[in-house]
Amino acid sequence: MEILVCVKRVPDTAENEIAVGKDGTDIVRDDLVYSVNEWDNYAVEEAIQIRDKVGGSVTVVSVGDDDAEEIVRREMAMGADTGVIMKDAAFEGSDGLGTAKILAKCVSMGKYDLVLTGAMADDGAGQVGGMLAALLDWPYASVVNKVEAGSGKLTVGREIEGGNQEMNEIDLPCVLSIQTGINEPRYVGIRGIRKVASVEIPCHGKDACGLDASAVGAAGAKVKRLAYFVPALGAGAEMIEGSAEEQADKLIELLKAKGGIK
Amino acid sequence: MAAIFALIQHKNGKADDTVAELCMAARKIDASAAVTAIVMGKASDCDAVAAEAAKYYASVWKVASDAVAYPNAEVLRPMLVKLIPAGSIVLAAFNPFGMDLCPGLSVKMNAAYCADVVGIEAVDGGKLIVNRQEYAGQVYAKMSVDLSGGAVLTVRPGVFAAEDVPQVSGAVADKTADAGAAPSAKRRFLKVVEAEVGDVDITKSDVLVSVGRGIESQENLEIAFELAKTMGADVSCSRPIVDAKWLEKSRQVGTSGQTVKPKVYMAMGISGAFQHLGGLKGNPFIVAVNKNAKAPIFQVAEVGIVGDILEIMPILTEKIAEMKG
Repeated sequence: MEILVCVKRVPDTAENEIAVGKDGTDIVRDDLVYSVNEWDNYAVEEAIQIRDKVGGSVTVVSVGDDDAEEIVRREMAMGADTGVIMKDAAFEGSDGLGTAKILAKCVSMGKYDLVLTGAMADDGAGQVGGMLAALLDWPYASVVNKVEAGSGKLTVGREIEGGNQEMNEIDLPCVLSIQTGINEPRYVGIRGIRKVASVEIPCHGKDACGLDASAVGAAGAKVKRLAYFVPALGAGAEMIEGSAEEQADKLIELLKAKGGIK
Repeated sequence: MAAIFALIQHKNGKADDTVAELCMAARKIDASAAVTAIVMGKASDCDAVAAEAAKYYASVWKVASDAVAYPNAEVLRPMLVKLIPAGSIVLAAFNPFGMDLCPGLSVKMNAAYCADVVGIEAVDGGKLIVNRQEYAGQVYAKMSVDLSGGAVLTVRPGVFAAEDVPQVSGAVADKTADAGAAPSAKRRFLKVVEAEVGDVDITKSDVLVSVGRGIESQENLEIAFELAKTMGADVSCSRPIVDAKWLEKSRQVGTSGQTVKPKVYMAMGISGAFQHLGGLKGNPFIVAVNKNAKAPIFQVAEVGIVGDILEIMPILTEKIAEMKG
């Protein structure tokens, strides 16, 4: 099975406090720790496991700038066979649909049976996979937490409310958005990174894939971010200050009053 | 102003809570808009849900067919494209069904798409200004959505207060013929596998010590279990702990896990993503401990401590044990 996995380089929200920059047009990016989007990591692991079971290859693609290379290389170190970067000044400022259009071109440049994305990324929209499937006219399943390969089709489980799982049969080729927890992504050691350090990663721009600049990037975006902001929040929690000992004492008093200690 | 449509989700003949929330969201976009609810399902479900929707929506369209008894987005999408006039605004809930259906629906309708809307500001010169969150809820973004070709919006459940929606007695129209026959989909629904029941039923617990990423390692879970034991509480967790296979799924609080209603909820190293908070009902007394002072959990907690749970929890355990003698 020929598998394409779409990955994105994002600020790691578990490692960073995200603040809004002075003019509100962007977040403060100094000193941010970046990594591959957590969901995408599960998608790459799933692709590798499918390939190892049924044969074929795994390609990792990222729409991004020069920095995208670092995460594409990391996912190749996990075991993806090839990497590709979709990069062009005209791609900058793309909305979800713009990104999906760029990825659709990447799909048509290869011969894939299966495209995986993460279920969502740093913007929490979870939109690119579904749009990509619609552009390709391929069937789609979102928030997938189980994949079993069959002949010409897959059996997939979708995560639905209440911890339940919706089982579907889906024809190939198709697009799936992968939920975290579907597998245990393998650890990438320094040796793995070194092995792929000098592998050529091709870059494709709008001309190579035949995209009209007006359809993508800020020019083609129907949805634009005007500003970041932090709303005037309510009072929020009453914060307990002091040393850890003092904090614990105060908290225990409160817990006793609220029936938290039996 | 474009016509507005709301896609109503339902289960066992009952509309989802978002039936009123989507109506509220539509009124925020345009208080005078003609808003139509669309209900699709097998005939018996459809009639009951359409009647419920008609309490909020002046107009309800029903599509009754056994072929759409289960909401398979791949089957419903082409029917909706046929049914909804181009240029309309379509609202749906941001949940596993909305996420499945709507990105593709926007493409097929040539409409703009904006996901997980948490605020609606105004319509300004053919643009709809909405708010959403990014970076796990740490910052908000003000978005401009071009309405010239219509728009599909998914709305975060629980955000738009349903109780303020005025009641009407709407008219139900049968649009089954207009939606056309259900297409033979390339994705076929097989069955729903119910969640496994674990050894502890956290939905019945009065006090929960709930751990998130801040626990850092599987070995450290012992610290949370000791605190819970001393307090007479049970241990629950957020999604990353289940993803890492450190605890069983039956202990996960959230929309994709269990819905709990404790009296006291100790959120230990949990950031407070809305999917997590969606599983927390009954207005519990929430205590939050987190290293990140900006964690959204501090907005919903009653009391908070900015600190390391690995330091605070053992001290709590020791002091409570002492107190109990």
